[in-house]
Amino acid sequence: MIKLTPRNNQSKILIAITPIIAVLFTMIFGGILFWVLGKNPFEAIKLIFWDPLMSETFSDYARPQILVKASPLILIALGLSVGFKANIWNIGAEGQFIMGALISAGIGLALYPMENRLIFPLMVVCGTLGGTLWALIPAILKSRFNTNEILVSLMLVYIAEQALASASIGILRNPEGSGFPGSRNLNQYPSASNPELIAGSGVHWGVVFSILTVWFFHYLLKNHKFGFQIKLFGDAPRAASFAGLKSNYIILLCFSISGGLAGMAGMFELTGPAGAITIDFNVGYGFTAIIVAFLGRLNPIGILFAGLLMALTYVGGEISQFMLGIPAAAIQVFQGMLLFFLLSIDLIVKFQLSFIRNKHISRKE
Amino acid sequence: MESTNPPVLQLSHISKTYTNIMANDNISLKLNRGHIHALLGENGAGKSTLVKIIYGLVKPDNGKMIFNEKNYAPENPQAARLAGVGMVFQHFSLFDSLTVAQNILLGLDKAYSYDSLVDQIVQMSKNYGLALNPKMTVGDLSAGERQRIEIVRCLLQNPKLLIMDEPTSVLTPTEIEQLFNTLKQLSLQGTSILYISHKLEEVRRLCNDGTILRDGKVIKNFLPSETTSSEIAELMVGKKIKPTVKQNSHSKEKILDIKNLSVKSQTPFGTNLKNISLEINQGEILGIGGVAGSGQDELLLVLTGETKVEKNTILYKGMDIGHLNPQERRELGLLTAPEERLGHAAAPEMSLIENCLITAKKEKNLVERGWIKFGKTAQFANDIMKTFDVRADNSANLAKTLSGGNLQKFLIGRELSQNPEAIVVNQPTWGVDASAAQFIRQALLDLVSRGTAAIIISQDLDEILEISDRFTALVNGSISTPKVTSKLTVSEIGLMLSTHSTN
Repeated sequence: MIKLTPRNNQSKILIAITPIIAVLFTMIFGGILFWVLGKNPFEAIKLIFWDPLMSETFSDYARPQILVKASPLILIALGLSVGFKANIWNIGAEGQFIMGALISAGIGLALYPMENRLIFPLMVVCGTLGGTLWALIPAILKSRFNTNEILVSLMLVYIAEQALASASIGILRNPEGSGFPGSRNLNQYPSASNPELIAGSGVHWGVVFSILTVWFFHYLLKNHKFGFQIKLFGDAPRAASFAGLKSNYIILLCFSISGGLAGMAGMFELTGPAGAITIDFNVGYGFTAIIVAFLGRLNPIGILFAGLLMALTYVGGEISQFMLGIPAAAIQVFQGMLLFFLLSIDLIVKFQLSFIRNKHISRKE
Repeated sequence: MESTNPPVLQLSHISKTYTNIMANDNISLKLNRGHIHALLGENGAGKSTLVKIIYGLVKPDNGKMIFNEKNYAPENPQAARLAGVGMVFQHFSLFDSLTVAQNILLGLDKAYSYDSLVDQIVQMSKNYGLALNPKMTVGDLSAGERQRIEIVRCLLQNPKLLIMDEPTSVLTPTEIEQLFNTLKQLSLQGTSILYISHKLEEVRRLCNDGTILRDGKVIKNFLPSETTSSEIAELMVGKKIKPTVKQNSHSKEKILDIKNLSVKSQTPFGTNLKNISLEINQGEILGIGGVAGSGQDELLLVLTGETKVEKNTILYKGMDIGHLNPQERRELGLLTAPEERLGHAAAPEMSLIENCLITAKKEKNLVERGWIKFGKTAQFANDIMKTFDVRADNSANLAKTLSGGNLQKFLIGRELSQNPEAIVVNQPTWGVDASAAQFIRQALLDLVSRGTAAIIISQDLDEILEISDRFTALVNGSISTPKVTSKLTVSEIGLMLSTHSTN
């Protein structure tokens, strides 16, 4: 049996560098995984972590791609982190991401081919609202009937995926697409497209928004009573109620924020890198963002770096798939390892582990 | 006889250092066979560390223990129990939904069959006057009965030494008498008892020997029967304690009016409040006594606003406030201080500064248009620390790092600094050392002398009798008519604490 006792004097330095240690462990055990798969582990690790940034062959493609992939991760993780701090667990950001994209696509395509500067901002607002409304389903069920928000929000991801599939072969299908599933490509509809703002940089409106949101959250959580309230609610719910906070208010607010940002990320993804609604539009940003939120210690600046790191493993993973033929699933395992090691090292830093033989528990029948 | 009879436990030069605190500093102690030995000291004096060392929960850095004429260094509590040391903790570890016998069975190291255990429990309750029905569910039992379960559990292992940690803090006067009889009988049969308490009168009545600890050191060994309470108190604190000074206030406007309040408890083994009526005026303290679990927590939650009540059952200055939440009540001038410090009155992982925001943000204007004014909040926290003598080096320290007494001074200070018109405090000095307790009581009295109305709920009878103007007792969720404290006799108080306890 393993016994955990909280450490009295936790090392602050150790807590701060845990993410780095976790990355190192992931490299070691990921390397072993690649080696077992018959690939050169050093080559694979270098392709994932080094080449996207530094190699001449890949960096022109990879550097912008990192920004493109980091921006939805950061936006979603920022929203999730607010809830996680308050012990409110929105696991369904993937579904909210899809809904944000679907609603904004619906609005944009309904107005096609009208050209107007206001269409894009309108789509941003609608995408955000779409994510918020989808997230409010588990929030309202929890506040009214005390259902488990983890289960409900997760299940709603699968419903959203079905809605996505249905829309891409039904209501949103491109009438000029010769019957293929998928919507019109919004990149060819100037009022509704989200192009690179500086050619070759990868920076689109989503990247701008995610950096602004990092800055805004950093300031808000530190100085506004809202940051205090969610921290209080997460740390001591009874003290929060003693302070006069209503738990339902916190639940609805946290879900609205995380759902809204996920929906917004979905909208930027749709109008920019993806271009169109397709059956496989979502690629797991909503789930990976959970890792990003924790890797960033639920802190906006931390999430910025964690999002960039995670995007690096995506892009590097692609390169290593392409170069070494490492299966996509192995790359996902690799990313999962990162969260696993982060959480387990956290545990060891915060608690003292002792192994006890339970000889005293044996008793006569 | 004394000289031929070797001590049951002898400690020599025991020391234990935590990160930077010397919890036990070269402690030597002798416990005589069949004696009741008092271990006295303020919070933080090193009593619990010493007892944990004896019970095998903590290993000493230095020193030697001889138990029963053998070297003794228990690896863990199981080893201590096997050697013959039993301990009854202040907080019981019992399962509410299991029966008495099931609870005892779970805590035993040796295997017993259920039926023979039931017989043994019945036998033991007869022998030692420990009235217990082994088939009862623990959730339905009083604190006194729960303590008896823990005692029986220890006695089943035939201990040579029984450690009792603050055993009377949860008991009624009658239950205390019963406990003392049991302990005296045990000591006559040769069991030694190490009795930890801060109730000096009890120690003087019950114990044969005594030891006072302060700052981890043995200050004095004394004979309780030949030492006065005030001498003991001064030795414990290391300085003279001022008695509280009470000034009467003359305004008598009615502030809080509770009418026929009945509330169902929100927890499975909680206490329902039954038909409570109370009035409280400006400038007076209403003391509410009663043993733990009589409905104190439920009553406090009703007054804070965390439990909503029916219309027109709680009136504040003539206004129905039953539906208002804690913050809305605070803005009207009704402040509260719950018993549970960490987790209810304060957030453990937050700094003292942030903890100010929990109750004082409006009254002290610490938040403007949603933005927290940290400079002003820190100033407020520092003011509390200065005025209420809170010993922490920095107001940025997390609440959980403060000792119980210091945190309580801070939290009481947080409420009192807001000049409330009415204040409700549950257990103002629970787990707080004597000088801090005195400080808190005086601060409450000073506030009331300026016209505040106060309700003090406390399980410490001496405290309530010292500071309250009127006294009433909470028994099983109902309350007796409050009486003027100064005119009450001991037997009247005893009667108030035990009436309607039969249903």
